[in-house]
Amino acid sequence: MITFMNNSDSEEEPCNERTSLMSAESPPVPSYQDGPQASEAGEAQAHRKRRTGGSRSPNTVADREMSDSGVPVRESALENEEEELTLKYGAKHVIMLFVPVTLCMIVVVATIKSVRFYTEKNGQLIYTPFSEDTPSVGQRLLNSVLNTIIMISVIVVMTVFLVLLYKYRCYKFIHGWLILSSLMLLFLFTYIYLGEVLKTYNVAMDYPTLFLVIWNFGAVGMICIHWKGPLQLQQAYLIMISALMALVFIKYLPEWSAWVILGAISIYDLMAVLCPKGPLRMLVETAQERNEPIFPALIYSSAMMWTVGMAKPDTTTRGPSQQTWDAAEAGRENHRSSSHTDSQMSETRSPASTRPITSSEELEEEERGVKLGLGDFIFYSVLVGKAAATASGDWNTTLACFVAILIGLCLTLLLLAVFKKALPALPISITFGLVFYFSTDNLVRPFMDTLASHQLYI
Amino acid sequence: PALGLFLFTIARDPLRIIILIAGAFFWLVSLLLSSLIWFIAVRASNPQDEPLQKGLLIFGVMFSVLLQEVFRFLYYKLLRKAIEGLVALSDDGCSPISIQQMAYVAGVGFGLMSGAFSMINLLADSLGPGTVGIHGDSQLYFLTSAFMTMVLIFLHTFWGVLFFHGCEHRRWWEIAAVVIMHLTVSGSTFCNPLYVGSLVPSYLLMASAAAWAYLVSGGSAQNLRRFLLCK
Repeated sequence: MITFMNNSDSEEEPCNERTSLMSAESPPVPSYQDGPQASEAGEAQAHRKRRTGGSRSPNTVADREMSDSGVPVRESALENEEEELTLKYGAKHVIMLFVPVTLCMIVVVATIKSVRFYTEKNGQLIYTPFSEDTPSVGQRLLNSVLNTIIMISVIVVMTVFLVLLYKYRCYKFIHGWLILSSLMLLFLFTYIYLGEVLKTYNVAMDYPTLFLVIWNFGAVGMICIHWKGPLQLQQAYLIMISALMALVFIKYLPEWSAWVILGAISIYDLMAVLCPKGPLRMLVETAQERNEPIFPALIYSSAMMWTVGMAKPDTTTRGPSQQTWDAAEAGRENHRSSSHTDSQMSETRSPASTRPITSSEELEEEERGVKLGLGDFIFYSVLVGKAAATASGDWNTTLACFVAILIGLCLTLLLLAVFKKALPALPISITFGLVFYFSTDNLVRPFMDTLASHQLYI
Repeated sequence: PALGLFLFTIARDPLRIIILIAGAFFWLVSLLLSSLIWFIAVRASNPQDEPLQKGLLIFGVMFSVLLQEVFRFLYYKLLRKAIEGLVALSDDGCSPISIQQMAYVAGVGFGLMSGAFSMINLLADSLGPGTVGIHGDSQLYFLTSAFMTMVLIFLHTFWGVLFFHGCEHRRWWEIAAVVIMHLTVSGSTFCNPLYVGSLVPSYLLMASAAAWAYLVSGGSAQNLRRFLLCK
């Protein structure tokens, strides 16, 4: 098993880039991008369709349109509208992110609870060389801290590497890297996963059928993620991939290391996105300067497709989690993509602007979405999955962590609306999650157990 | 039934979902704090002493109830602020969601969380093999737990409405009534496993709370009749 792990280690490089949420108000660019401002200016009717928070009924949008057409441009109105718009990101976008995160977590928890493979300790990844089987607490702690340091440094190195590649426009290399890693992920991990699930439920399956199923799944996945495809399908694939990655993490990270790593990663995320020299921040800024979508990769876009089946040229902005499979290097890297809500569909917008008004309206609706990095999904799911796997309070702890993470996500989105730039999505949620996990496991569980045994209700 | 409530009334509107989750979060925090207190108390006391443990447990329960109500109040304050924010944001000066709806959703949030915490381990265990009540406990354990949980969830919902209404109109007696009802219900569960002592009063209280909440939300017997006859 150890040799197997080594092989797959060298292959699997789940690259989760830093996750950050960025607001939609990107730096001034073609008028098409300044959707809200443009509409304020009373331009073409097409621009009027502003994305509003879901709490607003369609009526208000219509009203706004009418009022805009009648009123000349006012600076103050512009600013007000702008603010309102960003704050209206509110409910709708939060929900658009809640659903996939919830789904991912549900998949992970369901698998952990039912398939025993993922909770067995069958060796460790090569990135966490120190074992945690030591007898003394101090030694164990030390080992886990060392593991964390190694893991984080690997992540940092790979992120910097990625940013450098991006800066020097080695797009082909990056593309190849991503394709390779997503290939590995889609095929190998799915194979393992399916194998384990079938084993658990004692379903017999022959190799040809399995091969066919996995081939179809993988091929459609590759197409969907890297090229065009229906939005829902792509989202589903991204969720699946994140869940698979999370499962791998849960299985192969030793106990304490996992928690320390989660904590360290959120700190790193905070720094990488907010510090001026942080790699992720540079990535995002470079992408914005060049007016390109950030990566054919790692971000989950929640943009709703109002017109089903419309082939969108902007599929490049969504992508799978970056799995870099550096066969040469035996390091695993974790890149988490930056998630941003920037309307970076700029270059995709330009072809759109030549289309008739109705379709551009539709396009506008669908492109304003919040984007969240896949690494975020993965680490949230790792937290919840670990809670499900190792907590003795079982479902209570899992539920508590779940709610904590969702609230963290809400708060982060709120901050996003306030600050209007890329924000790390991890720290708040992970902090809440960790706090709730440890406190629920140690404090609430005995309380609830005692209550339940006496059948008392509070 | 709670899930039905959720699906039909809350799942449509994203703002409500957020309020729901936030409500659940607040309940969770209150639970955390109360269990912290209980834990400390237990650690500090003699674990062998049975009546003392029982007494501590009762104390823990009461304290937890009080804390829940405190958190409900805090949540109310937060929602008030949020409503002001939403009103400022909206076009026509009125908030997209009224305080009553928020009260309802908050109540459901509390209720769901409380119900989930009470029931879910039970449900998980019930999937496994075993016999109920083999050690001489009641055989109706699961059933009564289910009913009790359901009544608690509903009660939380109604209390949410009543509580917010009381805060809005500054009727302290309403708030006090909610708190007392909560205490009574929790207290009545001390009679378990004498189920008649706990389930029946709880249901009665729930019915009265339901009627009260309905009246408070502006309903009336007339509306009810019209609704039923409108079939």
